[in-house]
Order: sequence, then C-alpha cells, then structure tokens
Amino acid sequence: MQVQPMAAEKLSQAAPQADAAIAIDDVTLRFVTPDGHMMTAIRDFTMTVARGEFACVVGPTGCGKSTTLNLVTGLLRPTTGNVRVMGTPVTDISRDIGFVFQADALFPWRSVIDNVAAGPLYRGTPKAQAYDRARDWIARVGLGRFEKHYPHQLSGGMRKRVALAQTFINQPKILLMDEPFSALDMQTRTAMQDELLDLWSEQKSSVVFVTHDLEEAVALADKVYVLTAGPGTVKSVYRIDLPRPRVMADIRYDPNFVEIAKVIWNDLREEVQLGQSRTLQTGH
Amino acid sequence: MTAISPTANQAAVRDASIAVAEARARARLRRRHALVISLRLAILVVFLGLWELGADYNIIDPFFFASPSGIWQQIWSWITEGTSQGPLWLQIYVTLEETFLGFVIGALGGIAAGIILGRNRLLADVFSIYIKIANSVPRVVLGSVFIIALGLGMASKVALAVVMVFFVVFANAFQGVREADRAMIANAQILGASPFQITRTVIIPSAMSWILASLHVSFGFALVGAVVGEFLGAKQGMGLLISTAQGAFNANGVFAAMIILAVMALVVEFIITRFENYVVKWRPAPFNEQGT
Repeated sequence: MQVQPMAAEKLSQAAPQADAAIAIDDVTLRFVTPDGHMMTAIRDFTMTVARGEFACVVGPTGCGKSTTLNLVTGLLRPTTGNVRVMGTPVTDISRDIGFVFQADALFPWRSVIDNVAAGPLYRGTPKAQAYDRARDWIARVGLGRFEKHYPHQLSGGMRKRVALAQTFINQPKILLMDEPFSALDMQTRTAMQDELLDLWSEQKSSVVFVTHDLEEAVALADKVYVLTAGPGTVKSVYRIDLPRPRVMADIRYDPNFVEIAKVIWNDLREEVQLGQSRTLQTGH
Repeated sequence: MTAISPTANQAAVRDASIAVAEARARARLRRRHALVISLRLAILVVFLGLWELGADYNIIDPFFFASPSGIWQQIWSWITEGTSQGPLWLQIYVTLEETFLGFVIGALGGIAAGIILGRNRLLADVFSIYIKIANSVPRVVLGSVFIIALGLGMASKVALAVVMVFFVVFANAFQGVREADRAMIANAQILGASPFQITRTVIIPSAMSWILASLHVSFGFALVGAVVGEFLGAKQGMGLLISTAQGAFNANGVFAAMIILAVMALVVEFIITRFENYVVKWRPAPFNEQGT
C-alpha cells in the first residue's frame, strides 16, 4: 500500500524570530467595556509570519480573529506581550501596512480613480504621479473602463477589485485582510482569490488573512493558524505544502487539499461547537 | 445534456410582442402622469372657487378670512402702486437679505461647531447637555432680546435668523460626523491620512448628506426668524407689511404677504435642491416620484 505524503504538517509553536515580518509574542489583550467590565479578547497569543509568507487565521465567530489584525496595525495595543513588525515594535500605524476590510470601505463620494489614488495622495505623492500609478493599478485589476465610475455603480466583486488596487498601490510589505471576500458569491470569490494570489506573488508581501472559511484558508495559505473559542489563543498551526501557483477553481478537487482540510476541520470543529454553545447561552 | 435554443422565428415573434407590450406600458405611464397633473389642478380650482363663492355669498366672511380675488387685488396693487412703506420689491429684498445673512452665518457656524464637537469626545460629552437645553428653549423669544440689544435695524433680524438656523444645522452636522463609517475612517488612516486629512476627506463628505438635509429645513427657519424679527419691530420688510396689515384689519394683506413669502421659500428651496444635486452627484439616483 502506498502512503500518501501528508501535506499538512502540524508545527510546534516557538518564540518568534526577531526579523520576521510579523512577530506577535505572547500577547494578551484585555479591554474595559463601556459598562466597566474587563473583557479578554485574546490571551497568550503567539504568531510569526515570515517575509513573503501567506498566513491564514481561522477560528469560531467572536474568537478575536480581527483583534490580531488590529494589533499589527497598531490600532490596538497589547495589554501584555509585544508585537513587532519588520523587527521594530509597533507604535503607530506603519507605512508598510495595507488593510483590506470585510465591509465596503471605499469612499462612496470618490470615483474609482480617486479612490485608488487616495493612498499616494495622503502620503504626499504629487498629484500627476499619484493618478498615473492609480491608472496603472486600475488596469491591473481589470477595471480600466470604470475609472470614472462611482462605487455604487459597480458590482460587489468590482468594488473588491477597487479595494485591492487601493491597498496594493501603496506597495505594502505587510498585507492584512479581514474576511475580505466573505460577502461575495462563490464564483466571484474564486476569481478574487486568484487575483489576490497573483498580486501577492508579484509583490512578495507578507499576508495575514482572517477568514471563517477553512477551505479558503487551506487553498490560499502557506500556514494556517487555528484559534480556540474566545478568548482566543492559538490552538494549532499547520503548514500547507500544496504546490504553487494554485488555481482556486481546481484546488478544491485536489485529493491532498481535501485530506488537509479534513485534518484541520477535525481540530477546528470542537472550537466551533464550543463557540456556538457559548453564544446560545450568553446571547452574544 | 443538450442545450435548447429558440429558433430564429420564435425569437422574432418574441421581440415583436415585447415591443408592443413596451409601447402599451409607456402609454399607460403617460396617461397616469396626465391624470395626476389634472387632478392637482382640479383640486386647486375647486378650493379657490369654493373660497371665492363662499366669500361672495358671505358664508365665509371676507373681512376676516379674505377672498382669492381680494388677495390677488392686494398683491397687484402692491406691485403696481407699492406698499405703504415703499415699493414691494424693496420689502422682499430686505427680508431676503436678512434671511440669507442669517442662513449663511448660522449654517456655517452650525457646521463648524458640529464637526468640532463630533470629532472630540470630551467636548461632545461636556456640551451635549447645554445644547439640549438651548435647543428646547423657544428661540423665537430671543427676538425680543435682540430688538432691545441690537435695535430696529437689520442686525436684530439677522441675529434671530442665525439662532434659528444654527441649532438645526449643528445637530445634523454633529450626527453626521458621529455616523461616519468606522471602517472608512480606519481605511483612510491605514492608507496614510493624517487626522486633518481624515476630517477633510472622510468626515465632512460623509456628514454632507446630513448637513444638506438640514439646509432644506433651516432656510425655512431663517425666513421665520427674519419675518418674526420684523414683526417685533422694524422699519422695512415683509414682516412689517404683515404687522401693518394686521393693524389695519386687512386680512387680504396678511394672506398676500404670506403667499409672497411662500413663493420666496419655494424658489430658494429649488435652488438648494439644485445645489445639493451638484454637491452629492456621487449618490445613487433616487427613484423618481410619480408625476413630478
């Protein structure tokens, strides 16, 4: 009997290397709710993303997935532990960071080209140059004919393309994505995932991609972090050794992919059940 | 699996029947439009006709409640012969000038205050109670104070109009700033915007639809402020015209001045709507109201 090479390797967590793109070292984050209670969002959280690596974070609803991203941006500060980006502790929003939101975060009063040019303009790039680059990026995401359109005139998938162009034009070394494609239909989502992998392989950025969709995580990532039900901490880390370039429409029929997804799902399932029963008990 | 496609003949028949159905639907829309307009006219004619007849047969006493023909004669004599306090145009001009000055100052002040308080949590928490109090005071009463302090001239009317406008615009601008989308602000922040850039390029545009909504209402308030101010004591203006007519038991005069004021308000409302459409051209077009 031939033994299939197992493509999902469970990694043991070690203290992060100092020069990693993102190093979250033993972070706990508590905050005070408006009615004066302490809430622990994540506890004892350790995560390393090497330069050029694509990491996905999966976990049950409300386990603090998005919190990890906000720690990297500096919008949230850890209560204990420390967060380093490119070797330096996070103090302010780094210019190296790009963020793609779950919700539509485009500016509805700006046309496509004005939206995409926003980043360079905020950062003081001369107008002509900013618009040249914007035009270039709009063409790269395939929206050349829609430069003058307003967001409300575009479909959900097209708006996501604009959001990608808006983020990538700043050439972020670190790309944070918070369930960016969860509102899209299946076909559009597959297309956007391919688009993202293309852009990522060109730009060589380090990615943290938060999703609740395990298959999406396995299909995209080099490394998958499974979080426990809240307060979130890392339950296990898997390395995904599926060959690249990957084609999203085909990869889900790949037997290796199915095998990996099954292994990780077994791990994740208990947490999802725990999270759901807790939600039913507390009502939030 | 076989794909089934219609024959050319079937397609042609289908296209023809669609064209017929479309023509019918368009004709129906046109008929409905005409119906709405004629019903509107009919209601106006019946209303004015009943009023006029009622006045003729003394069912409605024209001494107290005027009559359409009397009102029209009053307006016509004001236009041709002028009013007791000078030409009609001058009265309209004076009132409009007070209204506009009050409207512009009050709106700009309201927008500025709304944005500053909306962006600053502490200031908002501290001042919110006073704003509520100031908002619940019947501000028209301040007109008397302004007449005492600022005299019978233009300043007292402008001040009253400012006070009337300020709070409405302020409340909306404040709300608009607070409602600005969190994700959008975070997006701008991460794209590299400074706090000032965020205010200018995210907060103000997103508060704009709230502010514009308040401008519609508050122009009416500015007009009320100016007219009431003139009412309380003035040397010129539409408010004085009304108060003079009232003193002379001239019901026709009161109604005539009221109609002139309504026309002024409608014209300005039209201009504000045009301005709004120009400023927020990025918004999806609203569904057209039937018959407008």
